[in-house]
Amino acid sequence: MIYVLLCWEFFKIGLFAVGGGLVTVPFLFDLAEAYGWFSTAELTDMIAVSQSTPGPMGINMATYAGFKVAGIAGALSTTLSEVLPSMIVIYFVSKILNKWSDNSNVQKVLSAIRPAVMALILFAGWDIAKITIIDYKTFGVLIFLTLAMRFYKKSAIFYIVISAGIGLLLKI
Amino acid sequence: MVGLWKIFAVFFKMGLFTFGGGYAMLPILKSEVAEKYKWVSEEELLNYYSIGQCTPGMIAVNAASFIGYKLRKISGLVAATMGVIAPSIIIILLVALILRQYMDNQYVQWAFGGIRISVVALIINTVADMWQKGVKRVRDYIVFAVALILLFWCNLSAIVIVLLAAGSAFIPDLMGKKQ
Repeated sequence: MIYVLLCWEFFKIGLFAVGGGLVTVPFLFDLAEAYGWFSTAELTDMIAVSQSTPGPMGINMATYAGFKVAGIAGALSTTLSEVLPSMIVIYFVSKILNKWSDNSNVQKVLSAIRPAVMALILFAGWDIAKITIIDYKTFGVLIFLTLAMRFYKKSAIFYIVISAGIGLLLKI
Repeated sequence: MVGLWKIFAVFFKMGLFTFGGGYAMLPILKSEVAEKYKWVSEEELLNYYSIGQCTPGMIAVNAASFIGYKLRKISGLVAATMGVIAPSIIIILLVALILRQYMDNQYVQWAFGGIRISVVALIINTVADMWQKGVKRVRDYIVFAVALILLFWCNLSAIVIVLLAAGSAFIPDLMGKKQ
């Protein structure tokens, strides 16, 4: 049964890909090699599409890969089984966190991690900036948007919609 | 109590406007879940990201599960997770079935060029906001600086960074507290 196999393989990806979307890419290359479900070129295309469509990238890739192999039912199998490990683990972590969140050592550790996570987030931004901010025009738009967000508080979604318009207008 | 459909709908909307990986979703979570609906505090969001970084799976899904659980236990967890993945499933299926050629369309590319810049700007602003609220002690500055150095020059993985920072909690406070 192809669906059972897809569920199993993507459950494993969900379980072992610690750290997010891009981490799943090597697992997908392994699958391409082991089962011949898709070619390397197809996989590269999947990554490109997943990066430039809405939704978390890892989920997009799971859906796309499942669809390639076994159509809509395949897409549902891969996506749902990829998120299942997360849901189970977070369920237990939440329970533990509820019980221990007042503990002073837990508080100490969590507040020590926070600045490191800010660094991680900034670094993720840098990764996107490297391929996005490529000339004076894109740099100018970045400065404009950053200042606009600073002084004209609107929701993140508002700015995402506006920036799509700016992209079209300036042909970025 | 927050309704399950409400949870699903809010996460559906956030999934729809997330472009890129889980980190790109943080500014949206902050503005919708923390500021607009006040379901969690910014501090809790950062905690979820810290832990979600070290547990299996996508960070976006982990964060959604955490928030959903906080609101409505296990049913909230399922509603939030299904909400955040539903747009992906719908859009990728549409792209794969009929819209593949539109992805290469020049106008679509331009729009995405703009969106990517706003993702960078949103990340800068989110970190700046959280910095103002959360970074007060000298040791926080040190952890932040060391983390950046390790990321840029040593290419350490995120999990290692988080674990090192967690360990730093047990280094005694030699310099005392700022302020």
